[in-house]
Amino acid sequence: MTWRDLCSWTRRRDSSESERRLESNLPYEGEKSKNQPNRHYAGNAIKTTKYTLWNFIPKNLIEQFRRVANAYFLSIAILNFVPSVNAFQPQVALIPICVILSLTAIKDAWEDFRRYQSDRKLNRRPCLIYSRSQQSFMERRWKDVKVGDFVRVLSNEIIPADILLLHTSDPNGVCHMETANLDGETNLKQRRVVPGFCDTNSTFEPQNFNSIVVCEKPNDNLNHFSGFEKGNKKTGFGIESLLLRGCTVRNTADASGIVVYAHETKSMLNNNRPRNKRSKLERKMNIEVFFCVLLLIFMCLIGAVHVIWLESFSTIPMYFIPNSDGTYTSSALSGVNMFFTMIILLQVIIPISLYLSIELVKMGQVYFITQDVDLYDEERDIRMQCRALNITEDLGQIQYIFSDKTGTLTENKMVFRRCTIMGTEYPHSENATRLALLAGETDADEEVIYQQNRRPPLFSLEEAQDGPARASARLPGNSSLHRSRVTAGASSCMAFSSPMETEVVPDETLLHLMENEEDKSYLDFFLAMAICNTVVVSTDTARRQGVTGRRNSALSSNPLECMEGLFSRATCCKRLRKSLEKLTCRRDSHAEPFDMGQTSFYDVSAFTNSVEGFDEDENAPGHRSNVNRRPRTGSSPAAPLEVCYEAESPDEAALVHAAKAYGFTLLERTPDHVTVRLPHGKELKFKVLDVLNFDPVRRRMSIIVRHPRTREIIMYTKGADSGIMEAAETQGDLDMYARDGLRTLCFAKKVVNEQTYSAWSIRRQEALAAISRKKELLMDTAADMENNLTLLATGIEDRLQENVPETIRALREAGIQVWVLTGDKLETAVNIAYSCMLLDHRDLVFTFNTESKREFSIGLVIDGRTLSLLLDDDLQTQFVELCSHCRSVLCCRATPLQKSRVVTLMRHRLKVMTLAIDGANDVNMIQAADVGVGISGQEGMQAVMASDFSISRFKHLKKLLLVHGHWCSTRLANMIVYFFYKNVQAYVNLLFWYQLFCGFTGTAMIDYWFMIFFNLLFTSAPPIMFGIMDREISAFMLLQLPQLYKRGQQTGGYRRSTFWIGILDAFYQSFICFFIPYWAYEGSDVDIFTLGIPMNTVSLFTIILHLAIEIKSWTVVHWVIMVGSVLVYFIVSLAFSALCISCNPPSDPYWLMQQQMADPIFYLICILTTVVALLPYFLHALRGTLMPSDHLKARQIDQLPPHRRDQFLREWRNLQELCASFPSV
Amino acid sequence: MMASSYTAKEEDGHHSGSAAAGGPGSSKSKKPDNTAFKQQRLPAWQPILTAGTVLPAFFVIGLIFIPIGIGLFVTSNNIREFEIDYTGVDTNSPCNRCSQTYSWNISCTCSVPFSLEQPFESNVFMYYGLSNFYQNHRRYVKSRDDSQLNGDKSSLTNPSKECEPYRISEKKPIAPCGAIANSLFNDTLELYYIYPNGSRTLIPLVKKGIAWWTDKHVKFRNPPGNNDNLTITFQDTTKPVNWHKPVYELDPNDPDNNGFINEDFIVWMRTAALPTFRKLYRIIQKNKDNMTPTLPRGNYSLEIAYNYPVRSFDGRKRMILSTISWMGGKNPFLGIAYITVGSVCFFLGVVLLIIHHKYGNRNNNADIPN
Repeated sequence: MTWRDLCSWTRRRDSSESERRLESNLPYEGEKSKNQPNRHYAGNAIKTTKYTLWNFIPKNLIEQFRRVANAYFLSIAILNFVPSVNAFQPQVALIPICVILSLTAIKDAWEDFRRYQSDRKLNRRPCLIYSRSQQSFMERRWKDVKVGDFVRVLSNEIIPADILLLHTSDPNGVCHMETANLDGETNLKQRRVVPGFCDTNSTFEPQNFNSIVVCEKPNDNLNHFSGFEKGNKKTGFGIESLLLRGCTVRNTADASGIVVYAHETKSMLNNNRPRNKRSKLERKMNIEVFFCVLLLIFMCLIGAVHVIWLESFSTIPMYFIPNSDGTYTSSALSGVNMFFTMIILLQVIIPISLYLSIELVKMGQVYFITQDVDLYDEERDIRMQCRALNITEDLGQIQYIFSDKTGTLTENKMVFRRCTIMGTEYPHSENATRLALLAGETDADEEVIYQQNRRPPLFSLEEAQDGPARASARLPGNSSLHRSRVTAGASSCMAFSSPMETEVVPDETLLHLMENEEDKSYLDFFLAMAICNTVVVSTDTARRQGVTGRRNSALSSNPLECMEGLFSRATCCKRLRKSLEKLTCRRDSHAEPFDMGQTSFYDVSAFTNSVEGFDEDENAPGHRSNVNRRPRTGSSPAAPLEVCYEAESPDEAALVHAAKAYGFTLLERTPDHVTVRLPHGKELKFKVLDVLNFDPVRRRMSIIVRHPRTREIIMYTKGADSGIMEAAETQGDLDMYARDGLRTLCFAKKVVNEQTYSAWSIRRQEALAAISRKKELLMDTAADMENNLTLLATGIEDRLQENVPETIRALREAGIQVWVLTGDKLETAVNIAYSCMLLDHRDLVFTFNTESKREFSIGLVIDGRTLSLLLDDDLQTQFVELCSHCRSVLCCRATPLQKSRVVTLMRHRLKVMTLAIDGANDVNMIQAADVGVGISGQEGMQAVMASDFSISRFKHLKKLLLVHGHWCSTRLANMIVYFFYKNVQAYVNLLFWYQLFCGFTGTAMIDYWFMIFFNLLFTSAPPIMFGIMDREISAFMLLQLPQLYKRGQQTGGYRRSTFWIGILDAFYQSFICFFIPYWAYEGSDVDIFTLGIPMNTVSLFTIILHLAIEIKSWTVVHWVIMVGSVLVYFIVSLAFSALCISCNPPSDPYWLMQQQMADPIFYLICILTTVVALLPYFLHALRGTLMPSDHLKARQIDQLPPHRRDQFLREWRNLQELCASFPSV
Repeated sequence: MMASSYTAKEEDGHHSGSAAAGGPGSSKSKKPDNTAFKQQRLPAWQPILTAGTVLPAFFVIGLIFIPIGIGLFVTSNNIREFEIDYTGVDTNSPCNRCSQTYSWNISCTCSVPFSLEQPFESNVFMYYGLSNFYQNHRRYVKSRDDSQLNGDKSSLTNPSKECEPYRISEKKPIAPCGAIANSLFNDTLELYYIYPNGSRTLIPLVKKGIAWWTDKHVKFRNPPGNNDNLTITFQDTTKPVNWHKPVYELDPNDPDNNGFINEDFIVWMRTAALPTFRKLYRIIQKNKDNMTPTLPRGNYSLEIAYNYPVRSFDGRKRMILSTISWMGGKNPFLGIAYITVGSVCFFLGVVLLIIHHKYGNRNNNADIPN
């Protein structure tokens, strides 16, 4: 049975059952494969190659002939073998198609070989598999892993297959894994042993495992898995017990388990190949190809004039050749034959190399886009990535952008800002001041600190220069909201926030209240903040040894740098202190001095030594110092209690840090319990009864714990305010937060009595063990529990990313409609929209039915409920109509599904090019749009995985669209038009004109070899180079004048008229290229090929020079290729006609080129013809003078000296603004 | 693509033993090179086409083309050319009788008198011209075997299939095979100068040097063997059906012009590009003394051995006498074309200059789009 059969058989088997059941392989070890219980499941060896050595040629050929174009050319080549029809030597006619096929095959083979190599490397990785005969784990290779094997993975090793976790070295049965390889998230995810296997202090004995594991069929959902294990009793498990292939085990000495999926692992199933979208331009181009087919048929029908010509002879002329039997073909049949001969002769009108060239051009374009250093994110070392390789030019035609807010427009780096507890608002104004201060003052300082303590230099100087001063100066409104400074980047310690921002300066009033009253509700609030999350605590030492070691060595390697860092950090501290002190002075005297050494720089550990010395001088050791009972060891960089939080979402991290600032330190989290230290040093160890994870439908998560002292069962819930019961007095504050652009989160508490809980718990267990409707059941049970909550609230800021307003304004100017679709509260969304200039203060904003008639442009704000009404069929048309009149549309409270429906609706109704951009996991929306862009941001990488292009910052969109989009679409459009022109001009028409003089018999006056060379050698490189490298307008100008983008939107720089003008031009030029030599040689003793050579040469000159006029900027590469092509023409032609005496029977072009080049008439003809052929094209120049396009003007401005250029740009922009403010003018 | 980056990271993690996968510090940066090429910042020349920039080109073209055109025109006008149609379509023309026959082998002679109004100086080239003869018919063009003509022994006895149906005759391979060779022009032309006193003298016609040197010496070769006795070399072959005599008797007197390397044959085998064509027949060399013209004005008589049937396709046969210059035969077209194009360019240049003056300044102020 071959691998393939096995595979399909397995698939069949898998599909016949809705679940997969497997048991341990150990009892069957060494037996024949047919006795193995899990033999039907695919092994772990991966094979991503498409071909093998022996099936490559047939399979690749089949693949290639699936393309209509290739099949067309093949059939024409075959047609050539029919003797009565053939136009060329049949064998020779096969050459072009063979060259094209083999080029493509070489490309495919190379790609496949790369896949093979990487497969082999993966398959040969070592891993530990349990062997019964050896009674221990033996080292094997990844490819040997089978479903049902027991595998042990050591710390920092990569997991070879999807493994159901049965044992870990951790006493709590926990294992941490890093999924960076899978989804790019760097935080640790906790996995725990299947319940029932937690009696784990003993060593793990796989031989004792005799249960049957039943789980769902392999699927690609990384976040969902369910199944149960049937031993003595049925135990359910989910994704939290599954170790995923490709992830790395961290913090855990070893973990063992049974292999559930090999080969069909979740990561493999997620590993999609680059998507194959068809671009709009290509779809359009197919119509042009169709026109060409019509043109071809028309020309071939003219070939049937042959019949009339035949009929004109009364007797048979001597140059008619009878068939072998001496008879002559009837004229009707010859007409039919002629038709086919003409098709062969004129086949080039459908350019054989066009498709290959387009592919090459797009590869080149993608290469240049990914190489752009401006789209590179220094902080995270991420390049721009193109996942879809063939829609580059769609970037130049975007009309609508649908953007998510969180993680896209905003940093998704959360900072705790203010809170409301029991209806009282605590503004945390000191904290706000500190943050503003940080943002405003300490760019450079922070940079150095960052370098010293985190990683090697990451902070981009350019971004630093692009600092807040400029950005905020241009912006109206609250500067603290518009800080667009880049933060010091993803810290290695906390997954989501830079050291400065995680620190929270506690609110005075609140602290005071807590001290005095010990109010229960405050306690609850902070407890909820500390507990109600999935944050994993890891101590610095236990974390990643490798990183720590390296970091230290990097530090010691450059003492000078260390000194500098120290110095600047000290200055930073001083400055910060001073400003804070000023603040404190203004406050009343009982205010506590800030314990800076412990709060502000808590995590910046490497130099605590000196800083703390500095602190100790001035710090009054008040009772505040025991907020954090950190022993003042001072000198040790790895203080024993130094904790790091690994959060899955940034707001969780922010909240935990905030709680810590108030003294509620989360110390430990295991599946069973959570430990929190209270302000006064007491440690509370809560037993965790259940965690109801966050999901976007419920929009909340809950944790059920048993209070260690009161023994009460308490549920803390955290979620969006809509997800939690509404309380009147808090709602006002929430709205106020939202208006300030804060993202709001609510905490709620519920005390559950024992009976309710145990009843619920049983239902919950059932739901967990369910396979089919697990998701719904879990949701139902969660909803059952999460009611009757008591409310507390907090506000968290999500910062705007740098340069977002500028980017949006530029996109606007480029004629792109920007929509924001967000799940946030209306007020939050509106505020963000104002601050990122999506909505203008002058705008007439329609919110529901609020109306304030003031100025010109209209902004529309819709909320989720309204949206669902509008998306109904009967209202769709009006909705679309309304939206098309709005300058900006903002949809809030929209679910992912709604988002994708909006995109689909606009795309289909308005027939516009859409781009969706998202930073987290709105896969639906991204896939619904023509172009999906993912931001490889803070949260999930799902969006990136589903996207066509991934960037790391919203601001990169500007250059991506305005520059690369513009370039790509212009280049490709020009190249395609040129290609059609070239193929019609060269040969097709030339040959066609010749038919008028050879009785429509299908003779070519150019040797077929010359034709082949012409297309493959002489004229193939210039258009490809043109498509990859031509630069109509410089990047600088495109960024300065976004309106230049508009041309591409309507037409993609490619109008049907351009195509027809190209074809007409081709007809004219070919006419000239044929008839000038014709008249020059008319009546002379010229022979066929001698006539053909000047025609061939002038058409080469015309084609090359035509392109030369099209080329907008000549770099070295252009010169080399253009001049090279002409040189190659002469060299190859001379060589060929010197060498080919009888190589190409029946007739040879021997010595033709030499003969012609010795004749002055040849040169005179070439010069005259080229000039006449290009004359009309030169008259284009008139257009440049009489009605210059914006593009031309931009090019002219670009050539001015810099100071004059800037002056022009300023004037241009001012005038535009003037025009915009008087639309009637 | 995904797979490869994934592998790289894994490898890093595994071999270092300690955990250090991912992250910017751990491996070399992915930052793209900041080179001019990769950032598409190569220095570039960016010509902009406006009336101002192209008008010098128009003037330059005009100024260069017009003199060239005049030169060509004058040269062409200095070339003497005389042409006479001897097909004999008219009933009263001397060759009418001969033209009635449609067969190849009936020899018939006729004589066409003509007179030259002007003397022909220097070497005079004598052409025969055919009209409406589609030597460029697709199947006709291919009906030859270049290897056979190049003296390939195996092709001699086994000619290419392209020659069908003129490949084998009477079970012997035809040499030279194919339709082109089969339809070799076989009229013989002789030129007599008629003195005013009525006596006539044969003008010597040179038959060597009419073919391309490379054709004669490289492309066409007799099969190897006894060069003096081509009869033996061609003994296993037969003559083309339309021919009077076999290929080795094309010029029995001159072994260097016999067989495949016969120049009349070579000239014929270079198939004409257009249905109306001429082919070089003989050269009349100028007199040694250089005093008298090669062909003085006066009366001449063209004696034709009329073999070649052209009536079947309404063809015409002509005899052309022409002197040549560096630009070949008489052709006024190029001269006129150069003058015309030059003038047009000059005119356009003036128009562009006016436009440039009227509108060109507007650009330089880079006026603002609405």
